Amino acid sequence: MNDWPLWEIFIRSQHGLSHKHVGSLHAADGEMAIKHARDVYTRRNEGVSIWAVKASDIVASSPGDKEALFESANNKIYRHPTFYEVPEGVKNM
Amino acid sequence: MYSPPEQSQASPGRAAEPTSPEERAFQARIDAGIKIEPKDWMPDGYRKTLIRQISQHAHSEWVGQLPEGNWITRAPTLRRKAILLAKVQDEGGHALYLYSAAETLGVSREQMVADLHAGKAKYSSIFNYPTLTWADVGAIGWLVDAAAIINQIPLCRCSYGPYARAMVRICKEESFHVRQGYDIMLALCRGTPEQKAMAQDALNRWWWPALMMHGPRDAESVHSEQSARWKIKLYSNDELRQRWVDQTVPQAEFLGLTIPDPKLKWNPERGHYDFGEPDWDEFWNVLKGNGPCNRERLQARRKAWEEGAWVREAALAYAAKRAQRERKRA
Repeated sequence: MNDWPLWEIFIRSQHGLSHKHVGSLHAADGEMAIKHARDVYTRRNEGVSIWAVKASDIVASSPGDKEALFESANNKIYRHPTFYEVPEGVKNM
Repeated sequence: MYSPPEQSQASPGRAAEPTSPEERAFQARIDAGIKIEPKDWMPDGYRKTLIRQISQHAHSEWVGQLPEGNWITRAPTLRRKAILLAKVQDEGGHALYLYSAAETLGVSREQMVADLHAGKAKYSSIFNYPTLTWADVGAIGWLVDAAAIINQIPLCRCSYGPYARAMVRICKEESFHVRQGYDIMLALCRGTPEQKAMAQDALNRWWWPALMMHGPRDAESVHSEQSARWKIKLYSNDELRQRWVDQTVPQAEFLGLTIPDPKLKWNPERGHYDFGEPDWDEFWNVLKGNGPCNRERLQARRKAWEEGAWVREAALAYAAKRAQRERKRA
């Protein structure tokens, strides 16, 4: 007999933040994944909303593509406010 | 509850110098404090050692439900019962976080469960001792869960991302376990002479197994060097054991209980307690399967797994049928 499919669980906490990955679990279907997620990941009021996503449905970037995907952002330091010098005396900026 | 800090004898041994460019890059990442994630390249030895360590840890949580579960129906009050239920449920949860973390390394849940049931996988030796009285539930929370925290807090900083994240969750929940255990001991020690004697008896029986729970002496521990370099073991067994003794002795004094070790003595020069050697033959013997409850623990796990098989199969069949119906309707 095989394992139940693997689900990745995302929880939104009470404080207005977006859903955050908390871990994974096995369940026969989505409804059971939500019930299990409640027992496994919200025993102490960790959240008010649960997303369960079948692990096999997630498309993930590969560690080998890290440079191609993320390196170009490193060269664009002008995208950060600290790149710019604000003259003394200029306020509220 | 709790992880066995390297309670096994077989395997890799000394730290090997990284040789290939991949291994050197891998070690450089670890030295720089960058976490290793599931899809990253890793040496076979790192993967294997982590699978063994995380699954042993998961099995310990899983089997660890049994000694305390033994007292759920006989807890002295409804309050104590609700607390114990919540604690045992936490242990089940901890096992699940850890099994998931191990699965990210490519081992299946089914395989891990099969290895446990076949007696191939280890779990912490402490759970092969019986819980004879209610005070044992207190002693386990106070002594065993505290030992677990001491071992697990450093693991929150270990090099493997999923394991470190599971440890963060577990540590947050673990301090409830220690406090509820100490609370039980406190109530008994403030109770009748018979109740206090029961608490002392539990301490007498759990002290040595808890001391051994930190694993063999550093000189006998085979995995430490390589695991330290890989940052999946951050302190040695003897360091963790000393830390546990130092924090536990004053807590026992507060309860008015006596640690059952005539050699236990504060050493002002070292700034630590000196203590006696546990019976290491007993430790290895329990680990080999000959402790008071080894057979009973595994039987209970196998029985639960086998008797639950029809539920697991029925749930899958139901999910398949529903999915088929939805496809037809679409």
